[in-house]
This record gives sequence, C-alpha cells and structure tokens, in this order.
Amino acid sequence: MNDSSHDHAHEHAHHHREAESLLSLRVRALESLLVEKKLVSSEAVDRIVSAYEEDIGPHNGAKVVARAWVDPAYRQRLLADGTAAIEELGFGGVDLQVVENIPAVHNLVVCTLCSCYPHALIGLPPVWYKSFEYRSRAVREPRAVLREFGVDLAEGVEIRVWDSSAELRYLVLPQRPPGTEALNEADLAGLVTRDAMIGVALAKRPASR
Amino acid sequence: MNGIHDMGGMHGFGRVEREDNEPVFHAAWEGRVLGLSRACSAQHLFNIDESRHAIERMAPGDYLASSYYERWLDRNIRLLVEKGVITRDELEHRMAQLIHGPDPAPPHPDAKLASRMLKILTEPTPYRQPGPPPRFRLGVRVLTRHDSPDGHTRLPRYARGKHGVIARVHGSYIFPDTNAHGQGEQPHPLYSVRFEADELWGGSAEPRAPVHLDLWERYLESASPARSQS
Repeated sequence: MNDSSHDHAHEHAHHHREAESLLSLRVRALESLLVEKKLVSSEAVDRIVSAYEEDIGPHNGAKVVARAWVDPAYRQRLLADGTAAIEELGFGGVDLQVVENIPAVHNLVVCTLCSCYPHALIGLPPVWYKSFEYRSRAVREPRAVLREFGVDLAEGVEIRVWDSSAELRYLVLPQRPPGTEALNEADLAGLVTRDAMIGVALAKRPASR
Repeated sequence: MNGIHDMGGMHGFGRVEREDNEPVFHAAWEGRVLGLSRACSAQHLFNIDESRHAIERMAPGDYLASSYYERWLDRNIRLLVEKGVITRDELEHRMAQLIHGPDPAPPHPDAKLASRMLKILTEPTPYRQPGPPPRFRLGVRVLTRHDSPDGHTRLPRYARGKHGVIARVHGSYIFPDTNAHGQGEQPHPLYSVRFEADELWGGSAEPRAPVHLDLWERYLESASPARSQS
C-alpha cells in the first residue's frame, strides 16, 4: 500500500469513527432532553434494549412452528388465527398471519415500504431484511433472491410473496423436514431458523449420525 | 407520496448482502434510539403512521445515505421538533454540554412507563378497531386506485391501477392515510389482495410469483371479471 492510499484509508476510518461518535452524542442529547422533560426514563429504555437483546428472538417463533408440526389441531388454529394461537403459548404483541409452505407453494415475507417484521415474536430484523436490496427485489424477482440465499425451488413451485403493507405481520410456517419423525418438539424447534420463518431458507435437516 | 421509501420493484440495488452472527444492535446508540422511539409511542407523542410518514419525508438523498436507525433518529427529532416537544437549538446546546461535562438532566425514574413500554411487546395491538362492514367478498376481482397522493399511503406505487383478487377479509383497521395527518383513525375494512406477477411487472415478471398486499377498502374499486375467464 502506498502512502496516499494508506492516508486515505486512515482518513476514512477516522471519519467513520467521528461520524459514529457524533451520532452517539446526538442520541445521548436527545435522551437527556426527554429525561429532563420527564417524558422518558433511562431505565425504561434500558429494559427495552435488554428485552430485545436477551428475551425476544427467533427461538420464540421456533416454538410456535414446532408445536404446529407436532399438533395438527394447533396448526389449523395457527393458520386460521395466528394472533390467538400464539397467545396459547404465551406470546403476543403482534397481529399475526401465518402462511404455510407446502410442496406446491413457498412463502416469502418482505416489507417494501419500510421494514415491518413480527419482532415481538422473533426479535428485531437482520440488516439485510431492512436493506434497499431486499426491499426492492423481493417482490419483483423473488426466485432470483431465493437462489442467492441458496434456496433453489422447482419451476412449478409457486412463490407467494407477502408485502407487509398494513399492521398484520407475516410468519412463514416452513415444511417439516423429512427424517424428523423421531424428534421431540424441543429438538424440532432447534431446526427452525429465523430465515426459515421469513421464507428465505428451509428448515434445517437434523444432523446425520 | 411517491417517495424514495417506496422501493418495491426498483432496479439497481444489487445483491442482498448478509452478515454472519449479526448482533442485535451494531452500536449502543442504536438500542437507545429504539428505546426512545418506543418511549415516545408509549407517551403518545406520535403515532405509528406519523412516524412512518416522517421517515418518508426525509430528503431522498439523505434517506439513501442513512442506516436504518439513523433514519429512526432523524424521524424522532423531526417529529419532536414539529410537535414542539424540543427545538433543534436545544438539541445542539445539549450536545455541546455533553461534550464538555456530565449530563445536566436529573434522573427521572418512571417504573410505570417502563412497564407500559414492555406491555407493547406482549399485549394485543391497537390497530384493529370497529368500522363499517366489508364491501368486497372473498374471491372478488378488484382494481387498485391509480393516484399519486402527496401524503402518506400504504398502497405502493408498483400496485397502483392494478387488478387483483380478494384473498382474505381481515376486518376493520385504522387507516394510515388519515391517521398520519391528524385526520382521525377512520378504521375501515382491510383485505389481503393477490396480484399475479405479470399484472405487476409485465413481460419481465418471474413465473408463478404472485404478490399479496394488505390493502384498505378505500384503495380499491370493484373490477369486472377477468376477460380471459369469460
């Protein structure tokens, strides 16, 4: 690396750090003002942050999926009224519509206008879900996007895209992988990833012994 | 509005890049922005539709140059200033104070606020509200409104003036187009509408790739049955 490109890289890194700290300072100032005006308590913000960091995540949605795989009556209730069905398992905070993958239909969830996502059930969305790339392309070329994610579906399979344009949130019920007949509900939940519940992946196969 | 946020179908953004073992927040300030946003909602300083519209009103260049939580921060400041809760001078002044010394704001413990904010994560959402009965039945063919309103709307550009079929009747929901502008909640029927890919994208559409959108009745009018079926 010659001197000028080294300087440039250094300057860029420095600039990046500086921008980051300016942002951080602006956020601290906003919080300080809202606390001073008695509109916000910093402890309340702490608790929300730790709820998302520690309690809420894909493991919650995975429990819902595993239950639907082992209990056909629950699966029917889940598809008919997702909100009520997840309440049975102690989850809420979302008006939920569950869409089921079957051999002929694969479902994919996106929000083209912002980044709506069932966060109360499966945690905050990954950066790629909120990216301009995903939001712009998932509706127009879902098959191409899925291939980039490593999901290559047969041509005859319908890819049904759900653009979350209102206050309902969508969760994909993936197909139960073959060879899982002997697994219990907890083991099955371990096969259900965040990406499978968005529709950009299939449920994992059990590790072969 | 025909804003930069309305990205469905755009070309040019490239591959979707993923990050392995992505953290919940990439910097501590992102978590604070999320928590502050939740607090502002719990304190009814702005509603969800005002909040989305505030992000849509960012200058398009700024929108594209900002990260997700930068857009949220911009939104929070924009709305709090517009509603007279804070001023931009006040914010600049507080930033200068924080560079040079400790936070002058006395702590404000508020356990009730914390529990209200946490309840949002478990309690039923407030968006479904009583309204008029649905005009369209399952399976009916509809045409979406072809318009370019300058305010907030949840009918994306790519689905305007398009034919679709009612796939589900959801019930009555608060109307974002009015709720974002202080014109009331005006709850009325919401539907899941299925659009075939070639109706949306024409000849370059991928095969067997329909899109479902959740659309309010005021976005829709009844359409004659498809010619190919007659």
